[in-house]
Amino acid sequence: MAKSVKVYSTLTCPWCIRAKQFLKENNIEFQNVDVSGDQSAADDLMAKTGQMGVPVLDIDGEMIIGFDKEKIKLALGI
Amino acid sequence: MHIYDLIIIGAGPAGITASVYAARKRLDFLVISLDIGGQAAWSGDIENYTGYQFITGPELAQKFEEHMRKYDTALKENEEVLEVKKAGEIILVVTNKAKYQSRSVIIASGKKSKELNALGEKEFKNRGLSYCATCDGPLFAGKIVAVIGGGNSALDAALQLIKIAKQVYIINNTDQLGGDLIMRQKLADAANVIIFNNSKVLLVSGDKFVSSIKIASNNQEKELAVQGIFVEIGLVPNVVFVKDVEKNQNNEIKVNLRNETSISGIFAAGDVTNVPEKQIIIAAGEGSKAALSVFHYLSGKVFNN
Repeated sequence: MAKSVKVYSTLTCPWCIRAKQFLKENNIEFQNVDVSGDQSAADDLMAKTGQMGVPVLDIDGEMIIGFDKEKIKLALGI
Repeated sequence: MHIYDLIIIGAGPAGITASVYAARKRLDFLVISLDIGGQAAWSGDIENYTGYQFITGPELAQKFEEHMRKYDTALKENEEVLEVKKAGEIILVVTNKAKYQSRSVIIASGKKSKELNALGEKEFKNRGLSYCATCDGPLFAGKIVAVIGGGNSALDAALQLIKIAKQVYIINNTDQLGGDLIMRQKLADAANVIIFNNSKVLLVSGDKFVSSIKIASNNQEKELAVQGIFVEIGLVPNVVFVKDVEKNQNNEIKVNLRNETSISGIFAAGDVTNVPEKQIIIAAGEGSKAALSVFHYLSGKVFNN
């Protein structure tokens, strides 16, 4: 079954764009959460990860901070 | 152990362009890099890379990557080079994962953000302290933030942040801001900016996240309540892994017109070198020049093994 993937991002963040490009290239469906337009989403992200950087990927509950390709591949099993 | 013709360290504009030229010269080579795209991937809008009247940094980085991968180039990504040294005719490249041998090396490892070396900096990195306003700025809507620095990158960060944050402090260690006049004027017009000149950062503190910054302003200590700190004090070359090559006063690797360093067989290209003007297109051009120089170097060289 496909994993649930959420990308916490901002519009301008270069690594967010790279992370989303990477998911698209691998045909992974994901939900984008733009935290710049949504303070409660930003607060939620900070509470969940204890940090304030983006991108953060939530893959079936596993939080991956930054565009860490190896961790993302491992979590997605690709 | 296999001996490569060439190992390219770094996959920014210089390293990737070098890889394209090396592939077309049919060299037996390897690219080792922590990331792909380098600083270009971090850039916002690019309007001065010939052929593209407008492209974003991440898009240009992706084009570079596609171009590199077209040649089935051997690439070690997410691998950090720890040491490069010459032993006889062979150059040893030691990484955090393996050891390699090569007849030549191109160092194209670029630059990274300079750190403040202030107390609390490491502890609060990504917990309110950031080196990229473009990335993390939007997380600080309605908050109070400080930008550290007084050059163009600091002014650029401050100009992005005045639109997002409630209040922006600029902590500058000289007696007035540097950077372009047009940017300074825009900041002067902004209602939510306070500039502290002759000031340096003493301490970053907080609990789970940053809550304040202590500065020495004109030799007086001040504590400012802030939730965000953006460090924009310039860049330093990534050269810790190569001790023996000659560098200039900015720690950039000295190269000649053929991208040769002070050690034969070790070449360098792009922002890590003393080449004047740090631009994506210049780094790319230098990368191609370095790869062609390597080709000539290898062609003219008789190896014993």
